[in-house]
Amino acid sequence: MKLGVLFSGGKDSVYATYLAMQKEEVSCLISLVSENCESYMFHTPNIHLTSLQAEAMGIPILEYTTKGIEEEELEDLKQAISLAVEQYDIEGIVTGAVLSVYQASRIQKICDALSLWCYNPLWHIDQDRYMQSLIDEGFEVIISGVFSAPFDETWLGRRIDNEALRLLRLYAAKYSITLTGEGGELETLVTDAPFFKKKIVVLTSESVYANYNGRYHIQTAEVRDK
Amino acid sequence: MILLVDLCYRPGSLGEAEFVRPIADIVQACGYRSEICHFTEWERVNKDGTEAVILCGTPLKDNLFAEMTECFAWIRESPVPVLGICAGMQAVVLAYGGSIEENPEIGMITVRCRVSGDPIFRDNEWTAYGLHRFGTVPGNEFIVLAESDACIQAVRHHTDPVYGVQFHPEVRNTWVVERFLSTLVSHDKTR
Repeated sequence: MKLGVLFSGGKDSVYATYLAMQKEEVSCLISLVSENCESYMFHTPNIHLTSLQAEAMGIPILEYTTKGIEEEELEDLKQAISLAVEQYDIEGIVTGAVLSVYQASRIQKICDALSLWCYNPLWHIDQDRYMQSLIDEGFEVIISGVFSAPFDETWLGRRIDNEALRLLRLYAAKYSITLTGEGGELETLVTDAPFFKKKIVVLTSESVYANYNGRYHIQTAEVRDK
Repeated sequence: MILLVDLCYRPGSLGEAEFVRPIADIVQACGYRSEICHFTEWERVNKDGTEAVILCGTPLKDNLFAEMTECFAWIRESPVPVLGICAGMQAVVLAYGGSIEENPEIGMITVRCRVSGDPIFRDNEWTAYGLHRFGTVPGNEFIVLAESDACIQAVRHHTDPVYGVQFHPEVRNTWVVERFLSTLVSHDKTR
């Protein structure tokens, strides 16, 4: 079955791609580039890097710009998926939805309207096991945004390794945040993974941070051989 | 051991991670071991030590199971309790001669209880995640336990320890699986 992955470049959509490739054919990635940094549906930090990630994976990408207006962006998503059907002959969509009924049910409805399959392979995954798997299986995940206490500026650009996960577990217990950032506490970017043919190297970056709210902007990056 | 039946269109499909694994996690959290069996492989699977069977859901577009009702004839003869979830409830109803009809729901729905005294469905009303193309038309041997505006949401067989739920309990209603195991299954969790 030919599938397209809704792709933000964060850990969830990358890991969903990885799982989908083990079962079906991933024909393309689909990225919604939102002009609204507070988008309800679409991850925004460093979304401009998804084309580099697609190049590193060796998978075509369809990028579609949305103004990011609530509910209107769903029509944009439908248009983007329709284009992917035309261009790549996909029969279904894969998402990295973990807990969000808001996201999952809206994408399910779009797929239903377009008569497409819809898969959410991370749905209600055990968050601790999932985060440990990312580390153990060699995913290079960096924090590209923090939006909650107790994250300070040092988290921006930090790789999620065993020490970071140890702290995240402590924070999750103490501050009632989700371990995966599913509650919007943090955003991530993947620079390398076991199925990447090449990796992404960050050349220049800038962090902007105030009051537990910060973004790690990657200004320049390139794809290199592994 | 709790046997989880995968109703997706082929063994080991991408749907297993979405519809079977979350149920396996609930079962494990309740202290039970589980094994997964694809519905087409029922006859070939070693069922020694099985204490209950849970038939899991499928993606919205995955309804091949409903064309293969012969694969579910065993439900009527099951010596252990059976719980069907979404597609699994449809398989349960079909096994007893009922039918399914197009009646889609996607997203959060309100479910209202229609009975009193059931050991699993004790609350008057709750919200649940619905994701299905078809609803069920059960025969008279089933008691309707709960309904939404669109369709029947839960049934229990009059005499057999067989339940069905149309909504997905892994989303905000894990109590369905937890109470099914705690009230219908023996407490020897080491088996």
